[in-house]
Amino acid sequence: MSHWYLINRLLLALPTLLGAVTITFVLLRVVPGDPIAMMTGPGATEADIAQLRAHYGLDQSIVDQFIIYLGQLFTGDFGTSISLRQDVGELIAGRLPVTVELVVIAMCIAVGFALILALKGVYWRDRWPERLIDSFIGVIVAIPDFLWALSLILILGVAIPVMPIFGRMDLTISFDSWTNFYLIESLLRGRFEVTRSVLYHMVLPALSLALPLMAITARVLKSCLNAEMNREYITLARTRGFGRLRIIYREALRNALVPATALSGVQFTFLIGGTVLVERIFGYPGIGNMAIDAVINRDLPLIQGLVLTFAVLFILVNLFIDICITLIDPRLRYA
Amino acid sequence: MPDGRPDLPLTYRILHEPRAVFGLIVLALMLLAAVFAPWLSPHDPLEQDLLSSFLPPSWQANGDPVFLLGTDNLGRDIVSRLIYGARTALIVALVAAALAALLGTVLGMLAGFYGGKTDMLISRAVDIWMSFPAVLLSIVLVAVIGAGLHAVIIAIVIIDWTRFCRVIRAETMVQKERDYVSSAVTIGLPRVRILFQEIFPNLIPLLIVLLTLEMGIAIVVETILSFVGLSVASDTPTWGNLIQEGRQYIHQVPWLLGLPVACVVLTVLGLNALGDGIKEVIDPETRQ
Repeated sequence: MSHWYLINRLLLALPTLLGAVTITFVLLRVVPGDPIAMMTGPGATEADIAQLRAHYGLDQSIVDQFIIYLGQLFTGDFGTSISLRQDVGELIAGRLPVTVELVVIAMCIAVGFALILALKGVYWRDRWPERLIDSFIGVIVAIPDFLWALSLILILGVAIPVMPIFGRMDLTISFDSWTNFYLIESLLRGRFEVTRSVLYHMVLPALSLALPLMAITARVLKSCLNAEMNREYITLARTRGFGRLRIIYREALRNALVPATALSGVQFTFLIGGTVLVERIFGYPGIGNMAIDAVINRDLPLIQGLVLTFAVLFILVNLFIDICITLIDPRLRYA
Repeated sequence: MPDGRPDLPLTYRILHEPRAVFGLIVLALMLLAAVFAPWLSPHDPLEQDLLSSFLPPSWQANGDPVFLLGTDNLGRDIVSRLIYGARTALIVALVAAALAALLGTVLGMLAGFYGGKTDMLISRAVDIWMSFPAVLLSIVLVAVIGAGLHAVIIAIVIIDWTRFCRVIRAETMVQKERDYVSSAVTIGLPRVRILFQEIFPNLIPLLIVLLTLEMGIAIVVETILSFVGLSVASDTPTWGNLIQEGRQYIHQVPWLLGLPVACVVLTVLGLNALGDGIKEVIDPETRQ
């Protein structure tokens, strides 16, 4: 794959980013709640409020504010959070690794189980296990991640209390992280009790995020596989005496992966949006949880920074999926 | 399965599709609860009785037969709150889904029928829309519009019209190539009339499926916004409010979370089954 393709894709993402920044900026400036009033409380004088307003640049016109904001963004300055009084860039950088680890694990779970379900379904085509898998997928796909999170808490957290339902790891363990990528860092530093606790706390939130994605990917992949199974080269492989397993894994799967990845690609971005609620429900300290607090506190700079972060994540996931498709399909590699 | 009998009337075939029947039953139960809420609920859903807070369902030890499914932290009757919650959920589902359908369908039909610049403009807007995380956008929107049922409905419409727009646009483009449209053009019918009087009736089955699915989505969004504390005031009984309270007392009173979650899950499953069932009946080609 040429580098130009990648660079081109990244450049194409810029207008989308600018659109996202502009829309949130305009939307947020018409918010009725006054962040400064919420910050100062009843004891503040007029002069105090005016001073704070000037400090956060809220005393200027929307257009001026926007131009200043864009200029700051260009230099990597995301502004200062109003409710937490810290640099927005630092705040997000601290929380982002938490969400990234959760999202990556959830996507791996989703893809892994989707592959198993789809392949098994095709292997048992037109027999009762296939119908069982189809109805299983049908039920899972109907329930969104938010409801999975609550249901899993009730089933595996309360009814059969085997899984932790709050936080990122046991509070009794102390772990001074340098990067906040607990999973990787604890593995590298040999602190396996941390790895264990983090993984253990990750099971339910990651599963909540993964289940709907798993179901939809399995459904798409299965129908692509079934379509491939009707093609001539499969009949040819059969007449050559190849086994059913070999045909599915070595022949059909390769060809089905391209349309399946293309069709289910969008769903991976939905998983990122899902972190907002799932992190909230499990008290998981990532950027999604932070986003809800930011909205409730009318923390304009922080909301702005977080929306931008989410938009960047969306674009990166889309890019990643495009790269995957080109890697799977040799025809596209040189196109 | 009556799939080989397209001669039978549509309602008959829908009533013989198990998933559609399940969905219709769920919807009917909800409708009953919503319409007759004041008569069905044994208590006022807002009536507090602090002496009997956190009562378990009546069949458990310490349960009070007066409160069938127990009480919440303020001693309010859970059955009554669930029934009134169904009312809120149904209002949001019907109004938000209908408005989103209206906006999305009109834009989708225009984009699909006229093509060219109209299509480019509308499709581009859909693309930008879809690049936002929907949940975050809805939370920001409600924060902007202000809490309340109307804000929830507006937020759902603003976000979800794209679901209708994309599918209706594609289907309009398919219909446009059919012979009946060419005939209508040949006899000189005005284009607007062809679009709304000839093509639109053929979009209705698809629209019904989309509407059913959207109702499920709208109910979940309302629940989510109540859960985050951005929907209606906490004294209005909604399933989301119950869930939000239940999450706080999960270890003491798990049923406070379990019951509303069960209601939402059942409703969503029912609406999905209804949508899938109707889709299967009207369009056998979607099956593999």
